[in-house]
Amino acid sequence: MIETPAANADPCHLGTHHQRAAGHGEGGPASRRIIVGYGFWIFLLGDIVMFSALFAAYAVLQGETAGGPAGREIFDLNSVAIETACLLASSFTCGLASLAVEARRAPAYYAAMGVTFVLGAAFILLEVREFADLVARGAAPQRSAFLSAFFTLVGCHGLHVTAGLLWLTTMMAQIYAKGFRADILRRFLCFSLFWHALDIIWVALFTVVYLMGAGQ
Amino acid sequence: MSEDHKRAGSDLAPGDEPLDGLTSGLQSYLIGLALAALLTVAAFVLPGMGLLWGPGVPVALAVLAIAQMGVHLVFFLHITTAPDNTNNVLALAFGVLIVMLLIGGSVWIMGHLNHNMMPSHPMMRMP
Repeated sequence: MIETPAANADPCHLGTHHQRAAGHGEGGPASRRIIVGYGFWIFLLGDIVMFSALFAAYAVLQGETAGGPAGREIFDLNSVAIETACLLASSFTCGLASLAVEARRAPAYYAAMGVTFVLGAAFILLEVREFADLVARGAAPQRSAFLSAFFTLVGCHGLHVTAGLLWLTTMMAQIYAKGFRADILRRFLCFSLFWHALDIIWVALFTVVYLMGAGQ
Repeated sequence: MSEDHKRAGSDLAPGDEPLDGLTSGLQSYLIGLALAALLTVAAFVLPGMGLLWGPGVPVALAVLAIAQMGVHLVFFLHITTAPDNTNNVLALAFGVLIVMLLIGGSVWIMGHLNHNMMPSHPMMRMP
């Protein structure tokens, strides 16, 4: 009977620590954690490509205000700064949650995920308030091509964050109901990748839309 | 097989940390938070300070944003240039290529279209 060292080193296929030779033709196929994480990483890159199409549309339509308000007249940079701080802090607390998962400390995990949820919800609330304010002032999406592109791009990111908040609560519930099982840990890995990727898109967004738009 | 060879031969899932131990993990997130906060504050404060020549401000903002994305990738997503990350980095490189082609190509072509389609005074529309 032949037993590979890789199978012994990682019986649950967690793949957190280095087992041998996956992806190099030795020691058998990669662990499920690596495959799931890699597949989700490809999905995230596809999502980023979709956002790049929205960014391209925004860049092209930025000047087409059709006599309506331009970016520098409607952007409130203080609110954007608070939104940015919320999202950056939530990315950090999501990292703390993944450390808590690694240490299998449930209370720390719930605390970190709870703070992440509150910060993400604060971000969404500020964004909804900003959108409602713009619509009330007559700067609705149908006013000009610039505003259509603006609402599509920023709204699409907001929808992603909202979906992330839903996913966050289900991840808390899954750890509560099923514990630190290997499949739950893989789902949590995907969630943390998703949440960090949203913050990367927001960096591009606040730079291109708000900071560059306010300076023009 | 030596320990080094084992390490070079294994893969990491994106988001998984190459280092063992909670202290080094926490350190990585703290460094990432500090760097990202610094770059964000710089991006928000810089345009209002008047230190830079006007047309140079968007370039500075772009540099700060790209630097911050790099910080997020390395310290939060743990995408590194280590051998166990080759697959993740190659996928990222392909994604960046597509993003560049899409945004750069759109802006370039639409800029020319605007230029050619203007009925009069094409220079008025130039930024």
